Amino acid sequence: MGLYFVAKRFGVFLVIVWLAATLNFFLPRLSGDDPVANKLMEQASLGGYAQAGIAEMVKVYNQHFGLDKPLLTQYLNYVGNVAHGDLNYSIANYPRTVVDMIAEALPWTVGLLGMTTLVSFALGTFLGALLAWPGAPRWLQWFMPPLWALHAIPFFLLGLVLMWLLAFQFQILPIFGGHSPGAKVGLTVGFVLDVLRHAVLPSLSIVLVSVGGWALAMRGMMVTTMGEDYVTFAEAKGLRSLTIFMRYCMRNAILPQTTALALALGQILSGAVLVEVIFGYPGIGALLFQAIQENDFFVIQGVVFTVIVGLGFATFLLDILYPWLDPRITYRRS
Amino acid sequence: MRRYLARNVSLVVGIVLLGLLTVFMVVGAFTVDTSNAQALSVPALQPPSWEYPFGTDRQGRDLLAVMVAGTPLTLRIGFIAGFFGVGVGAVLAFVAAYYGGWVDTIIRGIADIGLTVPGLLVLIIIAVSLKGTLTVTQMALIVASLSWLNPTRTIRSQVLTLRQRGFVEIARLNGMSGPEIIFFELMPNLLPYLAATLVAAVSNAILASVGLEVLGLGPVESPTIGMTLYWVNFNAAIINGWWWWWLAPLVVILIVFLGLFFLTVGLDEIANPRLRRAV
Repeated sequence: MGLYFVAKRFGVFLVIVWLAATLNFFLPRLSGDDPVANKLMEQASLGGYAQAGIAEMVKVYNQHFGLDKPLLTQYLNYVGNVAHGDLNYSIANYPRTVVDMIAEALPWTVGLLGMTTLVSFALGTFLGALLAWPGAPRWLQWFMPPLWALHAIPFFLLGLVLMWLLAFQFQILPIFGGHSPGAKVGLTVGFVLDVLRHAVLPSLSIVLVSVGGWALAMRGMMVTTMGEDYVTFAEAKGLRSLTIFMRYCMRNAILPQTTALALALGQILSGAVLVEVIFGYPGIGALLFQAIQENDFFVIQGVVFTVIVGLGFATFLLDILYPWLDPRITYRRS
Repeated sequence: MRRYLARNVSLVVGIVLLGLLTVFMVVGAFTVDTSNAQALSVPALQPPSWEYPFGTDRQGRDLLAVMVAGTPLTLRIGFIAGFFGVGVGAVLAFVAAYYGGWVDTIIRGIADIGLTVPGLLVLIIIAVSLKGTLTVTQMALIVASLSWLNPTRTIRSQVLTLRQRGFVEIARLNGMSGPEIIFFELMPNLLPYLAATLVAAVSNAILASVGLEVLGLGPVESPTIGMTLYWVNFNAAIINGWWWWWLAPLVVILIVFLGLFFLTVGLDEIANPRLRRAV
């Protein structure tokens, strides 16, 4: 694999980061609102009386945050800060920094999404391959219609149903949060089990929905692959059918699946945000929801930026791994 | 016709589901007083009864009225954004795939990069920036701003395969211009495919709009399905056992998504007969 290819892909990744930062900077400013003035007015109205000198306070704060400088200077400052990993302070939870809050939430989301995506991808791909395989047990076909139907609905909708069924009706799983309130955070067996128990419902709602999609796509690819000449040849050679299934059919059919995975990451994440909100799971999604409720603009920006960068990086990794999965692709400059 | 429909079950299921929904909307519009979809118009938290078949919510909305008023709003957002997406996407895709070269590189580059970005988050930034009360149409336009990415990509790849065919070559030798070939030779051949893409785009747009609404970023004044779910979450209706509050919007969304999904699969089957072997 050429260094040229890696560099090119990394360039695309950098473009994504820059675009995300730029959008983050300019979109909010299009509305012409003054976030500092808004926040101060809001606080004043909470107090119930209009404080004298709000205009001066706005001015001081704007100076403090550098919001009085020309737009271009602000933009360059912003990009510089972002490059240093400085995403400003939270307005609602001052003096906590946005980076702090995101760092706290990120492991939850990465854990939840990493696990569910891997599990549903592996499970769905294998199931899809079996569904296309003539030698597979017939009863597997019965999984198809429900998986299809589940695949069409949003994660969080299934989440609502599961929550009602398993947490409210039968009360076998916790209904809310990432761990029991007041649990001692640490690497103890009890805490880990507690966290896992809380992760079951959100994970289940993501996995059950995604499996169908992967299975459907894989089944289609398998049908095409099984019609290829090299499969007929392998059969003619008298290879064991397990070998044909795994090494000839699945190995080839899985390639487009990986490309699809890279493309689906964004959609999976969008869906997972809502799942976190529904279950009050303490990840990025819930943080975002809380920030929207509190009008905490910098946190919203920070979360969106972090997620776009994170996903861009994941896509970059998958792109680099692709030639390793498919040796036919060498990405040499032609 | 009938024999074909018997084979293309997905198409029938999709049409039936969406037909049921249409009947519900039309009959509802004539028989249900939609002013009860506003808060404080009926007694709060009534379970389903003869008077309120879908029950009422905590702020005193009649959920049947909310569904009758909200379903068309939700669909409208989906249709505006979906049509916009496929319209813009198709034009870009045809131009990119037919002309190739640097035009193609730019259009494909933008679509590819745009697709790796989680759409909902960009929409959140836009919606938050526009804060203030959104109307349903504004909401649709926000969703539309990203809805052309996917159609552009998928239609482009279809045009690429079509462009190689002999009849395009002959049209070119006959002296047809680029736009003429696109409109009279390529477009008609892709119509079923465009239809399937449209349905998928509508479904994605509804998904995005419901997502924004559940986060509380929708048109707060309008009783859309997503807003209803926002209130469900806000009031913790599930923990409190007010099952009817979430059951109605859940069933409506389920019918919308399942209907659109099966319609897409059915149209795909028409557009792409090679799939017949697989399904």
